Parts: sequence; C-alpha cells; structure tokens
Amino acid sequence: MSKEVTEYPVIWLQAAACTGCSISLLNTASPTIKNILIDELIPGKHVSLRVHPNVMGGAGEQVIELLEKTVQEKGKYILVVEGAVPTAEDAVYGAVGEKDGKPVSMLERVKTLGENALAVLAVGTCAAFGGLPAGDPNPTGCKSVMDVFKQNGINTPVINIAGCPPHPDWFVGVVAQVVIYGIPGPEAFDDFGRPLLFFKDLIHENCPRRAYFDEGKFAKKQGDPECLYEIGCRGPIAYADCPTRMWNNGKNWCIGSGAPCSACTQPEFPDLGSPFFEKIKDDDLPNIGEE
Amino acid sequence: MGSVKINIDPVTRIEGHLKIETIVEDGVVKEAKSSGMLFRGLELILKGRDPRDAQVITQRICGVCPTPHAIAAVTNLDSAFGIADQVPTNGRIVRNLIQGMCDVQDHILHFYHLAALDYVDVAQVAKYEGSDPVINSIKDFVARGELGPFLPRYEGDYRLPADITQEVVGHYVKALEMRRKGQEAVAIFNGKMPHGCGVVPGGAVELPSVDKIAAFIWMLNELKDFVDNVYLPDVVAVAQAYSDYFGIGAGCKNYMCYGSYDLEDGQADQLKRERFYGHGTTSADLVHQELDPSKISEQVKYSWYADSTSGKHPSQGETKVDYQKEEAYSWLKAPRYDGKVYEVGPLSTILVNYTRGQAQVKDLVDAYLAKLNAGPEVLFSVLGRHLARALHTKLTADNMVNWALGVKPGEPVNIQYEIPDEGTGMGLTEATRGALGHFIEIKDKKIANYHCVVPTTWNASPKDDQGVPGPIEQALIGTPVKDNDNPFELVRIVRSFDPCIACAVHIVSPKGRDLSRFRIT
Repeated sequence: MSKEVTEYPVIWLQAAACTGCSISLLNTASPTIKNILIDELIPGKHVSLRVHPNVMGGAGEQVIELLEKTVQEKGKYILVVEGAVPTAEDAVYGAVGEKDGKPVSMLERVKTLGENALAVLAVGTCAAFGGLPAGDPNPTGCKSVMDVFKQNGINTPVINIAGCPPHPDWFVGVVAQVVIYGIPGPEAFDDFGRPLLFFKDLIHENCPRRAYFDEGKFAKKQGDPECLYEIGCRGPIAYADCPTRMWNNGKNWCIGSGAPCSACTQPEFPDLGSPFFEKIKDDDLPNIGEE
Repeated sequence: MGSVKINIDPVTRIEGHLKIETIVEDGVVKEAKSSGMLFRGLELILKGRDPRDAQVITQRICGVCPTPHAIAAVTNLDSAFGIADQVPTNGRIVRNLIQGMCDVQDHILHFYHLAALDYVDVAQVAKYEGSDPVINSIKDFVARGELGPFLPRYEGDYRLPADITQEVVGHYVKALEMRRKGQEAVAIFNGKMPHGCGVVPGGAVELPSVDKIAAFIWMLNELKDFVDNVYLPDVVAVAQAYSDYFGIGAGCKNYMCYGSYDLEDGQADQLKRERFYGHGTTSADLVHQELDPSKISEQVKYSWYADSTSGKHPSQGETKVDYQKEEAYSWLKAPRYDGKVYEVGPLSTILVNYTRGQAQVKDLVDAYLAKLNAGPEVLFSVLGRHLARALHTKLTADNMVNWALGVKPGEPVNIQYEIPDEGTGMGLTEATRGALGHFIEIKDKKIANYHCVVPTTWNASPKDDQGVPGPIEQALIGTPVKDNDNPFELVRIVRSFDPCIACAVHIVSPKGRDLSRFRIT
C-alpha cells in the first residue's frame, strides 16, 4: 500500500443544532457513510473527518487540541457548520470547550475556524439561514454562517446546503464536487448560496400531485390523495428536488406520505411556514406555470 | 494522590453540548457537575403559534430522536383537542410502527456508534489476517495513518481480544447499514427521516396499505436478525470483558417510566390506556408504584433561570433566563418526582415493567440474568443500562410484526377535528432515551404555553433546590478513576445514559484554576 492518497481534512462543528443534519448524513446510501469515512471517496482522495462530536473517539481537551491544530493548517481543511450561531448577549447561549478556564462561544469557534478554512459548508437550514432557533422571537440571536462572516469581514466561501435536515445526497454531492472539481464559481449557486444542482426548481414544478392542482382537486385533510395546497402545502414557494429524488433511499417524501411541504429549505423557515397547516396566501405565489 | 479536577468539555459521542466537571480525591470522584452548554429557547419560539405546529417544531428539539417528540406532541394535542379517544386503530398502529422502528435503529446507533469505541480498540484491525473485505478496507484505512474520527482517544483500558475486536469493528460498519435501513423503514410511514411528518393529531398520515406493511415487516426482519445474532451477543461479549462495570455508575437507583406503545383504542386517559410498556416508578427495593404525573416539578436553583420559576409543575412551567446567577451552572432545569431524583431511559422502562410483572419483559430479563448468573441488582450499573437497552430493542422489534398485522385495510388512519378556543393537554410517552412529557395551554386557538420535559433533563440535571445532585452526577460520585489522563470510567458512565446534549472534560492540577464560572466579560 504505497500509493499516494490526498487527504481532505474536515472539521464538523455543531453550534445551535439538533444533530438532525448529522443523522441525515449517516443515511447516505451511495456512497454509504462507511465509504465516506473509511474508503477513498474518489480513487486517490480520502475525506478525513477529524472532528465530529457524535462519532469521534476522543473527548474533552483532545477535541479542542485537534481544532486548534487544524486552524494552523490555513486553507487546507473544510469546515462544516451544523446549526445556527447564537450571538445575543455576547454570544453566551452556546459554548464549545474552554480556553484559560472560560467557555469559548460557538460564535468565536465559527469565526476562528471559518476564516482559516478552504471553504465552509453550512449544512442545514439553521447554519444556512438561521432556521428554527432563529424563529420569532429568536431568543438567542441566532444567525446564519454567511451573516456572521459578512459582519466580521470573513471572506471564506460558504456553500449553503439547506433543508431541515438536508438530504444526504445534497451534502455528498457538494463534497464530491469539491474533491473532484474544486470549489465551483458563483454560476453554480442561487441567490441564497444554494447549489442549483439540487435547488433549481420549485417542489411544485415537479410534484406528482400537480395534475390535481391544475384540475382544482384539493385534499380536505392530511393523507388524502389530492393536491395539498389548500391544507398548507408550501411546495409552490420551496426550492428543492425532493419530488424526483425522494428521501431515505427513495422510500418516501413528505408530500408522498400525504403531508404538506413545510418549505424547510427556504430562508424564511419556520416563520413563513407558520402556521404550517393553513393555506398560504395567494399573493405569496410566484407565477406558477408561466414562463 | 491529593485532589484533582477532571473536566470533560466537550463530552463527545452523545447528542448536544454537555460539560462534565469532577473533583477527584485520592482516586475517587467526590463531586460532579453536569452542565448543558446550549440554550435555544424553542419553548419561547412555540408561544403564539398554531397548536398544530408543535408537531413540526418540537421534533427539531433533537434530530436523533425527533419521532418521540412528534408522538408526545400529537398525544398532547389529542388530549388538548378532546380527541384522545377517537384516534382510529390504523392511526394508533402507524404511530407505534414509526416510534418502534425509531427506537430499534436508535439503540443500535447508541451501542455501536456512540458507546462501543470506549470498549473496542479499532487499531487492533491492523493485525487482521483474514479475508473479510470490510475489515480489510478498515485495515487499509488504518495503514494510511489519517485516523480521524477514531483517534485521538483515551488510551489504555481496552480488554477485548484481537479476534473479537476485529469482528466487532466489522459489526460497527454493519450497524451503520442497519440503522440506515431502520430509518428507511420509518420513512415508509413517516415521509422522511429525520424530522418526518407522519403523525398528526387524531392519528397518522400515511395509509398503511398492504405493500407498505409487507415492505416494513421485511426490513424489520433484517433488523431483528441483527439484534438477535449480532447486537445482543456483542453486548454480552463486552459485559464479560468489562464485568466490573456491573458494579460501577449506579447513581440514584430511582427509576421512572411513562409507558409507551398504545395497545388500546378509545381510552382518553393515557394513564389508564393499555400500553406495551406500562408506567410507574421503582427503586432498589424493586417494588412497583403507579405513576402520578402531578408529583413532577422542575427546580432551577442551580440553572440559569429565574429563581421565581422554581418548583413548578411543567404545565405551569416558565422559562425566564437569568444567566447572572452566582451558583448556577447549567441551562438544564432539575426535574424531580415527589421531590426526589429519578433516572429515566430504557433501564427504567425495563425495571418498571419487570417489577409490574409485564410477562415478556420479566421472562427476557430473567433469562439474561440466568446467563449472567446474577440477580436484578446488577442492572443498576453502566452495563445494566447497555443490557437493558439491548433487551428493550429486542422486545420492541419482536412485537412490531404483530402490531403491523393488526392494521384494518381500507379503514381511515386519522380523523377530522376542530381546534378548541381554549384547552390544556398532556402527552406522556417513552422516548428512546426515556420519559418524555409535553404540556400545552391553548388560548384563542394559539399556544399560550408549551413545555417539554425531556429525558436527558432528568438524567443530566444539575443539583435541585435542596442541593441533591442529578442522576448522572450521582452516578459519577464515588467512582474510582484509575488514570486521570484517560478517565474511561467517567465517559463510560456518562455515555451509558445515552445523553442528548454535547459537553466537555479536561484535567487541571489542584493548583490550577477554579471550576470555571459562567461569566459575562
């Protein structure tokens, strides 16, 4: 075994998160999570997940030492952020480890690790847009990674892999892109920093229930087979490829099970979606079906 | 020896942000503090919203166990909307299948991916001489030398022989596939995982048609096979090599269970409703007591919340932040039952149901105690928690086939309902990690107050108003620590509870700094 293998070190930081994004990544079917952690993802290239709070062997100071060692490798590692960044009251609402006997805030960690990274993957709607913890009244002042970077003059490229949680294919696809072709240019992203490869179309555009919508046949309650628009579906305002990709290795998806889309990939989640089970106002609709 | 402080910050391989601080005197833990290091205020975010949104929002409390929150939320809303006795049979069954399969895959995740690296030395794979392609691919990985996320780690106390270690490392990989398939099976009825949409007030969403039932049962069979032939034998192998851990980490020895998996339709009262796992409490005397939820209170003397909110029942619970409190050290409140400290989780579920004489639980536990040649008291321990979790997995998996076959084809899976102007509700269930309660107050068809008391709040709670430490703190106190630089005992104890928060531990010399206080600088 003397062939050259290029290592891509990855630091996975959890901020104001619920770990749902990590669990979703564990659900990746091809490649499997074992292929990603252990094998060469692409011949001659291996992703080295140095720090991940849920799976790593070490604990405590070992974790902090790894973080500090990796920061020194400027521009050589990928930072993944899961969760929003609490900023209120001097960022006291979340801490990861200590320095000189004082807790180090998540905000501080995101800034330090972010400004020295090759690129940052903001995984999930919380990291990409603030998400649920930033929902009204946003008690902890949660912000997205991009906003934190803007306010602190950090220019590291950020890729927003939205979704609550994101589909594992969206994450794996972005990593494969970076490993095979490098970081893509601005033409590969929408206005919200999401990769167009996965977030180009509205759910509504590719929904298998679209014919019911066009015919004006609407579900009265969840589980009914018709279009779910009248009982709160956000498909007409949410961008993602769920209808064609489906979830959990093609087993199902929200609308497939008979539940309305909650627009979990959108920057306005959860407030635009709330109340989730009331029809969206018609004036929220883009020009559906028109060029 | 003298006195040293051992802090672990972050504690990894758990969910969330947790810090453990201990003071070790003459090699034994004298004091222990468990601190939750993240506050998101989801209960504040729920206020003023449509009550039905609780099912969507509370799942986001935890992405590892969102489904129990969905179940607790809809159970809570059923009671608040006055429809708890109208959930159709199919709705009840689909809820059970979603929750049951979640438990099974989550317990597998816990043993292999969160706990096992404390007992299994991955580096032993370097010596593997066999032909298993999976183990050989890990051998190649070890040879390349970039060993994240498995190294660095604590070094020293790995006791399994090389051949068993290599086999279990192969099982670690197989378990990744098994938990993924478990989540896929959940998605059949839940739309997606995590954060699905399959349960609603008044029932479930997805019609349990025969094709879905058949697919589910055969995915379940694959998991059952893994539980019986891989997971349980591996737990026994670890227990044999680390048998001293049957005597470590007991803690408070009070156990509480809310009950889960409804087996009966038409009963509005959750405490009277027949459930596969019944409710109650028990203690070291193994006497079963019925549960009385009115005895639950939450105390905040040592939490970053206003003292004026202390001692309330969760239905009157308030969340008022006060991070200037001198003696506070956690974002977690301290829930107590009848004023006392109680542990929750699969061990509590198993013990409470063992003592109430649930026949399947009793037979299985007795069979394993006979294998170990020991009495039930060995279950009050680190290994007792792992064994109880595995037995809980088997019991749940074994019963789900019959539950699935109870579906009534062509009948509805939910009902239509009206949201009342006012009302209160309570939803009690057993999450994967233990007793979970949701409480709601509705005014003007909106959420006036929503409160969740989650399992890890019980287990990782700080001291209460009387200064009595929480279950994990008590489990740590009195534990001998062999090697301060590699405090295996502490992380094995903490992880045996399967906590749902992330934390940290580091060691400072006695001349070093004070236990860090939460200061605003």
